[in-house]
Amino acid sequence: MASAATSLTHSRASLHEPVFTPGATLEPFWVRALLITTALAFAALFLLVPLLAVFAEAFRKGWQAYFAAIIEPDALSAIRLTLMTAAIAVPLNLVFGVAAAWSIAKFEFRGKSLLLTLIDLPFSVSPVISGLIYVLLFGAHGWFGAWLLEHDVQILFAVPGIVLATIFVTFPFVARELIPLMQAQGNEEEEAALVLGASGWRTFWHVTLPNIKWGLLYGVILCNARAMGEFGAVSVVSGHIRGETNTMPLQVEILYNEYNFAAAFAVASLLALLALVTLALKSLIEWRVQQSVSNITLENPA
Amino acid sequence: MPGFHLSLGFTLLYLSLIVLIPLSAVILNTLSMSWEAFWRAVSSDRVVASYKLSFGASLVAATVNLFFGTILAWVLVRYHFFGKKLLDALVDLPFALPTAVAGIALTALYSANGWIGRYLEPLGIKIAFTPFGITIALIFIGLPFVVRTVQPVLEDAERELEEAAASLGASRLQTFSRVILPTILPALLTGFALAFARALGEYGSVIFIAGNLPMVSEITPLFIITKLEQYDYAGATAIAVVMLIASFAMLLTINLLQAWTRRSTRRS
Repeated sequence: MASAATSLTHSRASLHEPVFTPGATLEPFWVRALLITTALAFAALFLLVPLLAVFAEAFRKGWQAYFAAIIEPDALSAIRLTLMTAAIAVPLNLVFGVAAAWSIAKFEFRGKSLLLTLIDLPFSVSPVISGLIYVLLFGAHGWFGAWLLEHDVQILFAVPGIVLATIFVTFPFVARELIPLMQAQGNEEEEAALVLGASGWRTFWHVTLPNIKWGLLYGVILCNARAMGEFGAVSVVSGHIRGETNTMPLQVEILYNEYNFAAAFAVASLLALLALVTLALKSLIEWRVQQSVSNITLENPA
Repeated sequence: MPGFHLSLGFTLLYLSLIVLIPLSAVILNTLSMSWEAFWRAVSSDRVVASYKLSFGASLVAATVNLFFGTILAWVLVRYHFFGKKLLDALVDLPFALPTAVAGIALTALYSANGWIGRYLEPLGIKIAFTPFGITIALIFIGLPFVVRTVQPVLEDAERELEEAAASLGASRLQTFSRVILPTILPALLTGFALAFARALGEYGSVIFIAGNLPMVSEITPLFIITKLEQYDYAGATAIAVVMLIASFAMLLTINLLQAWTRRSTRRS
């Protein structure tokens, strides 16, 4: 669902924005001022102030306490686990996203719209349920619980469970970004390459991939942000073992519940920084795509 | 075109392993429960109170987002002002900021000695650890949905229609209610439904600010966690099924609304 609202294909629409605003369709000055003030006040209260609060609380006890909280062994192990989880989940969902987009955008088959709905499913499931399903499968009383116990394989309350839950919640991100993009681009360039004798893989690497690289990167960035920040699903499957199965968001929760607010906000500030980098990269890609689209329209005026 | 069987085969395999088989576990586990046990689990006073809270707070939050989200989308598309680019980027913050971070930040702001809470406390207004606080968190996480669904539709809307309305003597308010509003209505409702659906299942940003008192400020997702911590897997699963049914109903509604949006934008 998240990607329904942030899509790279949408950002092209702003090119149609009219250059001048005729007086007949412009609101009186006081209406404009009122609307802009309301929008800015609402955004300040609900977006800017919470963001500033994270950093203000993190540095409340000074730089030294801040760095001490971050290089503390449990915090470092949480950072390592978060990076590792994202490093496994994001590439897997990337490969899936490309495969799904290739089959859906390049071919016609029955049940396509059902497949699209199923790919979206993880976005509409509560994060708590996304964790619960793995408890039902791999927990002590779950479907595979007895077998796992017998073979001494630990999935739940261990790293594999965390990775699985993260893959589930970030499942649709790359696919949702690539499918509309590849549908809009059509098959002509690939068909030309194939006619000229290129193999399927070569066509993909040299024709398709350069065309979808920005959409791909966009999907990966959003997928990564969610993978590193997921809380609900991971919380259910993690078991909250300090220094072992705590990701950064879980470490934030534990520190906060222990009233260690400065340390909780210090770890949280790293995640907030990740969010800011994500937003900056996202805006940069949107800008790049708009640039290239307007260059094309300048070269070939319709 | 090559690669159809490979790509579709991999897609279906991965989809089944990661999504379909695990999700079916919830449904199949419930089928093994007797109807009475299921009904008892999903209709206790405490869980019914949590449905009312989750549903009510999500509805209020989505309505607030509908109103302010429309204003945000409007000023981002129609006006030029200082800081517009920054505001546009900032709207996506709730998608990018981990929910737990949002949760503790909002709690710090609205608790009795927080930046905002300390000015409301003397007035007798308590936000943190009340249903009001839950609504604040749900407004935060649902904020981008209305903006990002209405924004592209407003950008594509034809200004000529508004000029025609003005030249025929319509006031700006009449033009808005008779020309612009019908154009963006499907997108408005889609954004509202997306924000509402997201709020229903939200967990991370809510639990810190909620206070989690049974019957008062306990949301349904938290109740599932409570059941799990008591090793009542059957109870947790039964409530999860109720939530899944609600999510699927929302998903269906959203798909229909999106189809309507596409039809109405194509027509104009």
